[in-house]
Amino acid sequence: MSVRVRVPTPLRKFTNGADEVNAQGPNVRALVDDLETKYPGIKERICDETGKVRRFVNVYVNGDDIRFLQNLETSLKEGDNISIVPAIAGG
Amino acid sequence: MAHPTAARWVTAERLREPKIIHSVLDLIGDTPLIEIRKIAEGISPGVKIFAKLEGFNPGGSVKDRPALKMIQEGIKSGKLAPGKIIIDSTSGNTGIALAMIGRVLGYPVELVMPSNVSAERKRIIDAYGAKVTYSDPLEGSDGAIRLCREILHKEPEKYFKPDQYFNPMNPQSHYETTGPEIYRQTNGQITHFIAGIGTSGTIMGTGRYLKEKNPKIRVIAVEPDDALHGLEGLKHMATSIVPGIYQESELDEKFPAATDAAYAMVYRLSQEEGILVGQSSGAAMHATLQIARKLRSGVLVTVFPDFGDKYLTTNLWVGWRDRMAVGNLQFSI
Repeated sequence: MSVRVRVPTPLRKFTNGADEVNAQGPNVRALVDDLETKYPGIKERICDETGKVRRFVNVYVNGDDIRFLQNLETSLKEGDNISIVPAIAGG
Repeated sequence: MAHPTAARWVTAERLREPKIIHSVLDLIGDTPLIEIRKIAEGISPGVKIFAKLEGFNPGGSVKDRPALKMIQEGIKSGKLAPGKIIIDSTSGNTGIALAMIGRVLGYPVELVMPSNVSAERKRIIDAYGAKVTYSDPLEGSDGAIRLCREILHKEPEKYFKPDQYFNPMNPQSHYETTGPEIYRQTNGQITHFIAGIGTSGTIMGTGRYLKEKNPKIRVIAVEPDDALHGLEGLKHMATSIVPGIYQESELDEKFPAATDAAYAMVYRLSQEEGILVGQSSGAAMHATLQIARKLRSGVLVTVFPDFGDKYLTTNLWVGWRDRMAVGNLQFSI
């Protein structure tokens, strides 16, 4: 099972510049772990030391914020679109 | 009759005589400077900290100053004339300022913003009647800059673009207003000026003025400590489109602010000082306090770019009581 993950500009240094990558996992937690395996270092940018998604990072599954779903336990299915969206900078 | 002193004139003008304001634009600038006392407890008694409350501008942020100056200059140069539309990319506050000023002067306004700007900002801009084009949230404010360039490229004759990231009138507005106000409000005693970098207009223009008055004044810029951050309004220069107005050589120092420390300071400001501000003010206050701790004497001035009412629906406030309760707040002292 594979889902598409859209990567924001500040995290593309981990994905060799790719703005979209494929990853696997039955839920968002497993997906983040899979991303970490493929792109080491990316997880600690998305999650804090306790494993929760950082406050200023929003993760969307098909356009819905996982904070209003089941957070990291939000389940995923083939073809889902995931977006990782940081806060806004500058002016 | 003796001519009143400047101080008396200001007092009379402000507090005693009813004054008719002819335009909301006349209310831009002359914002108050407030001493930060409780949060500053524990620092050397010879050190004073002040914050300039830019939320008192009629558009609610420091951006009223550069927006007005850039539009005035556009009209003066003939680049902005009736029939033209004002367009720019913004992360929100400049958009609000342009939308307000456009209404007063009779120019339509179009803005390009990342679609994830706070709901409050979207509604305020809508309430001024400006048209908004949203850019990809994953591309951040740089995505808005690029999309705005594309729109402009297609029909250049239709628009006037203030171009806040590249227009020298942006820092000039602070050179002419923010700098002199701070110098006057501190009776020339200011030793350190500390401000966040978004377009860098505030730090560049204010810093330039203050250095001219006294080259010993240290000018310190606050920026996010990482490319991925939660400090809405501030820019991590190393990983961003660098604004044309930004001259790093004019800074004495840069202070990297962590998002968590800045958020904690936002909570402290509301709880201890009764000042409700946004993320960028939290970062500015955090940096100022850290710098103050190392000093024996000095007058430190920072800028709170806006108040916090525009961020109440953002993640800044989600679960903040829980975070305080479990001791996750890392106070700076």
